Amino acid sequence: ANSSRPFLSSHQMKVKVLSRNPDDYVRETKLDIQRVPRNYDPALHPFEVPREYTRALNATKLERVFAKPFLASLDGHRDGVNCMAKHTKSLSTLLSGSCDGEVKVWNLTKRECVRTLQAHEGFVRGMVVRFCGNSFFTVGDDKTIKQWKMEAPGYGEEEEPLNTILGKTVFTGLDHHQKEGVFATCGQQVDIWDEQRSSPIRSFTWGVDSFSSVRFNPVETELLASCASDRSIVLYDMRESTPLKKVIMNLRSNTICWNPMEAYYFTCSNEDYNLYTYDMRHLDRPVIVHMDHVSAVLDIDYSPTGKEFVSASFDKTIRIFPRDSGHSREVYHTKRMQHVICIKWSADNKYILSGSDEMNIRMWKANAAEKLGVLSPREREAVNYNQKLKEKFQHHPQIRRISRHRHLPKAIYSQAKELRVMKEARRRKEINVRKHSKPGTVPVVSEKEKHIVTVVK
Amino acid sequence: MAKISKKRESKKSRKPSKVTNKTTPVKPEVSYDDDDAEVVSEGDENITSEEEEDERKHQKLLEAISALGGKKKKKLAERSEAAVQMSEFTVNAEGEGDKIDLSDLIGTLNKTPAVPKKTKKQLQNLQTKNTIESPLSKQESERIQRDVAFQKSAAEVSRWTSIIKQNQRAEQLVFPLKQEPSGRRPVEKVVCGWKAQTPLEQEIFSLLSVNKQPINDPVLTPKEEASMRAMSLEDARIRRAELQKARALQSYYEAKATRERRIKSKKYHKVQNKAKRKEFLKQFDEMVKSNPAAALEELNKMELSRMQERMSLKHQNSSKWAKSKAVMAKYDGEARKAIQQQLEINKDLTEKLAASLNKEEGEEDEDVGDPEVLPDFVNDAETGSDPANPWMRGKLSAEPAEKEASDCEAPSVAMGNTEEEEDEQEVEETEEEALLREFDSRRKLRQSQESDKDPEMCVTDEEEAEEEHEATATDHPDTSDKEEEELSEFKSLLQGITDSQASRAEMPADAEPTQTSAPLEEGLVRIRTLEDIELLGQEEAPTDEAPAETQEPPSTQAPSSAPEKAKRKRKRAIDVKDVLTKEAKVIRVPLDPTVEDAEELDEKDGQRGLIKEAFAADDVISDFLKDKRKQEDAGKPKVVDLTLPGWGEWGGIGLKPSRKKRKKFRVKVAPPPPPRKDQNLPCVIISESRNSSACAHQVSSLPFPFKNPSQFESTIRTPSGRTWNTERTVKKITKPKVVTRLGAIIEPIAREDVMKDLMKNQKQALYYTAGGRGGSHLRFIQYPAAPF
Repeated sequence: ANSSRPFLSSHQMKVKVLSRNPDDYVRETKLDIQRVPRNYDPALHPFEVPREYTRALNATKLERVFAKPFLASLDGHRDGVNCMAKHTKSLSTLLSGSCDGEVKVWNLTKRECVRTLQAHEGFVRGMVVRFCGNSFFTVGDDKTIKQWKMEAPGYGEEEEPLNTILGKTVFTGLDHHQKEGVFATCGQQVDIWDEQRSSPIRSFTWGVDSFSSVRFNPVETELLASCASDRSIVLYDMRESTPLKKVIMNLRSNTICWNPMEAYYFTCSNEDYNLYTYDMRHLDRPVIVHMDHVSAVLDIDYSPTGKEFVSASFDKTIRIFPRDSGHSREVYHTKRMQHVICIKWSADNKYILSGSDEMNIRMWKANAAEKLGVLSPREREAVNYNQKLKEKFQHHPQIRRISRHRHLPKAIYSQAKELRVMKEARRRKEINVRKHSKPGTVPVVSEKEKHIVTVVK
Repeated sequence: MAKISKKRESKKSRKPSKVTNKTTPVKPEVSYDDDDAEVVSEGDENITSEEEEDERKHQKLLEAISALGGKKKKKLAERSEAAVQMSEFTVNAEGEGDKIDLSDLIGTLNKTPAVPKKTKKQLQNLQTKNTIESPLSKQESERIQRDVAFQKSAAEVSRWTSIIKQNQRAEQLVFPLKQEPSGRRPVEKVVCGWKAQTPLEQEIFSLLSVNKQPINDPVLTPKEEASMRAMSLEDARIRRAELQKARALQSYYEAKATRERRIKSKKYHKVQNKAKRKEFLKQFDEMVKSNPAAALEELNKMELSRMQERMSLKHQNSSKWAKSKAVMAKYDGEARKAIQQQLEINKDLTEKLAASLNKEEGEEDEDVGDPEVLPDFVNDAETGSDPANPWMRGKLSAEPAEKEASDCEAPSVAMGNTEEEEDEQEVEETEEEALLREFDSRRKLRQSQESDKDPEMCVTDEEEAEEEHEATATDHPDTSDKEEEELSEFKSLLQGITDSQASRAEMPADAEPTQTSAPLEEGLVRIRTLEDIELLGQEEAPTDEAPAETQEPPSTQAPSSAPEKAKRKRKRAIDVKDVLTKEAKVIRVPLDPTVEDAEELDEKDGQRGLIKEAFAADDVISDFLKDKRKQEDAGKPKVVDLTLPGWGEWGGIGLKPSRKKRKKFRVKVAPPPPPRKDQNLPCVIISESRNSSACAHQVSSLPFPFKNPSQFESTIRTPSGRTWNTERTVKKITKPKVVTRLGAIIEPIAREDVMKDLMKNQKQALYYTAGGRGGSHLRFIQYPAAPF
């Protein structure tokens, strides 16, 4: 009750009036989001971790809900698709060659075949588009290399190759230089051709064997690598007269692919169900062994960002591996897809194209749950935030379980289980042997070293 | 043959060492392609490399030396049997198994004179000259070539190491790497393929060509093109940066100026102005010497500004005359009148002045001062002296409160006030200041005398209030005692609560009587109710309703509480339940959304009674306490009684085991657990046992890249959503690692683009030599480790 009398000064009382700048709460246009002043005081927003955890869980679940990777099937071939080639300048164009010597050019946006040509007798073994995008090369079982125009022949014109080179032996693979008019073929030996000449400017042999695949390094463009049937991977330099080095592995490698962003890494797909990433300077030991397939890996292609690669396997699945991880992040399969023979990752990093035994080419999304098309800024923000949350809580068991869960065909599932059991048994046996023998006599051989026989200089 | 085998052995022994020299120790041993080449002829074998050659020479020397010694032992040739090697020329070596050397024959040549000198010379030449080594085997030479080539290309490829590592570590990569400059493409590129076809177009084009205007490819005239080229992208960027900087600086200065202008402290401005003036004077002195014309101009300007200042009636309060009049005005009515007259004149004059800016008035001297203007406080003083004026009285009565609070400060404050009212420029007038101070202090004294009555009134008010309060306190002496007793009991019940809490609990009870005259009955809880209401803080005005509310409960609870008190008087030990239930009831009061009016009281009472009846069995607080006690007990180590009746003594019905025995066989199973976390929190139960349902969502082991749990926890703890972070931060945090443009082809990384920059940046860091092929390339001594 004491002196709570308000202090009144009659002559100089200042009255403070609430006044706000309309810029703070009025939006400029109708399309803008309403401005909501926010108070970031953490006391007002408690339980941040549980709340974010819930969001992460929801994001993960939604990701699995929306994971629908299969986009389209391109049918039209009358035999198994043996090889494919990406167009170097057009994202919507794909070329494919089948086992009956037919080559088809596809329009991916319309999902239809725009051109068909009988290129070879027997298999089309290899195909590549020239860097300019105006022509492409094919090799076939009929011992010929043919160069074709990318444009379809006009009305009344006959479908004829620009160039035909008759070789002495069957060619099994083909690749083109990144910037120059030079291409490489493989068969009995690896040949480097000048586009202007009918005989190879250089041919590399190293022992008697046949090669299954040859690829130019897209970064250090003078380097090549090839897989031979004597279980070896051989490196070449186009400027040298001899090969550089080779590594012999336990089983044969089928195809090889260089990382387009990291000059000295390449990955090979092997018959022993694994893929091996090598540093070309240290061939004695692969950098990473990528396991998960349950049958021979037939083809591999890197994503254009060099962060991931996709592999096609005889076990009728496609798997996507992060470049630096030993296990796949994604597996694609459909009921009707047979042994996948060839695979490509589209140049915009969005799609995967697979050609398989049962004459179909399939188009998949590279990220199964990704929304295609243009995203609004808010959508993009939400996607980014969800991605961040998933990444942040990836180690939490529930989230991990959901995000890693994939349905597999029964055959593959049981096969994988069997392989696991076998591997475990082998490991156990090795441990037992080591336990019961003189110390040092049974050395520990790491997984990476197990598969290498020797490096040949 | 012995020679050969020796050589082979030596070579074999050397080989592994050579391998270890050249390459790092490798698990699957590096094998050479020329394994089969080991069985090749002698000639192939003798030279592999220089060191091998040295070895060979050394070997030769050793053999020669040994041969020297051996010669003596050699037997003389005897032809006892048929020799194995028979020369057809009957020339036999000295030893039987030995062959003839060419050197043996040559030795005799020198002695024979028949041999021409020329041949001798030739022979000598032959002896001194080294023979040319035979070429390497194909396999060997290829292997060497391969090795060299591999080293070369490995070194070449190693240039990428830094870039690759950088990209792997990058927080965000934007693809395609080679971004085309955004913005519009020049028109000439767009219309490149277009040609004039119609006659009209052709005509236009011919006209253009006649006038030497650019037609298709360069849409710009040569002049324009030159100007375009002059301003390259780089230049434009630099220019833009400069402009940006200038703009930033400008805005900074503007902000600074506004900030300074907003400062209310007059002293600050005074000082600032003074400093400015000083500086200006300094400059002016210099200017007079250097540039008299400009100085004159400045002088004019100064004059003008002075005039303006004079004209503005801002500084004229402080003239001597006005001040003296002001002093007089307190005592002299005439002086007062004079001042008022002056004021009127002043008003008129100011109006006039505002209408027409007279120069003459501006030219008046400073010292004379304006008689027509008065300081503001004169008015105050005058009116203050008039006791009849109710407005002024109100004000004066208010002021002493301030003055009393700061006795000693008063003069200084007053001085400050007067100073504030003074002109900033007339600092030097200390005399006037002194005068003013005197006046001011006097005035205040008078005011304080006048307003003596008011404080007294206040005091009496206070006293009354206190008396009242005391009266209320004495009205319920029992209740207050009771209250305290209860409190102490309650404290003892909430065992484990420290003194601090107790005091905290006591505090509101103590504080209450000073605040309100409400009954002591609900002391502890009353406060809480008030607070709660405030917290709930809805439409009700808490200050108004609080007293009403506080009055209310006792009236409702009076009948019920009275008998209880009586009971409690009898038994010292207080039932916990009773106390707590009572409190629970009181707590419910603030939860009622509104405070009832007197008329509704009965109705509400009925309702409350209903609710009370309905929840009679619910005793939340005691339940809670029980729960907590139970939890605590469960955590305590159990004492197991292992006494067996009948062992070592008599047993049977009605016979208890002896105390000694019981003591002996009571075993504490576990050591006491660490103190509970909720030990000091009376209203909380913290369960320290593992929660299986929450466990399913928790990380059981430390994930890979993290070194310790705290590191991992910190990453989880920092929220990244918009609820907790500003928009910009969220954008920064949630930046995706890889960004690709829709529909853009991502080309492989190109050597030309990247290496150019790299060369620029690392020219000093790396040393490189001109390579044999295709320009310069770097040579790395060691390969860096693989990044994975």
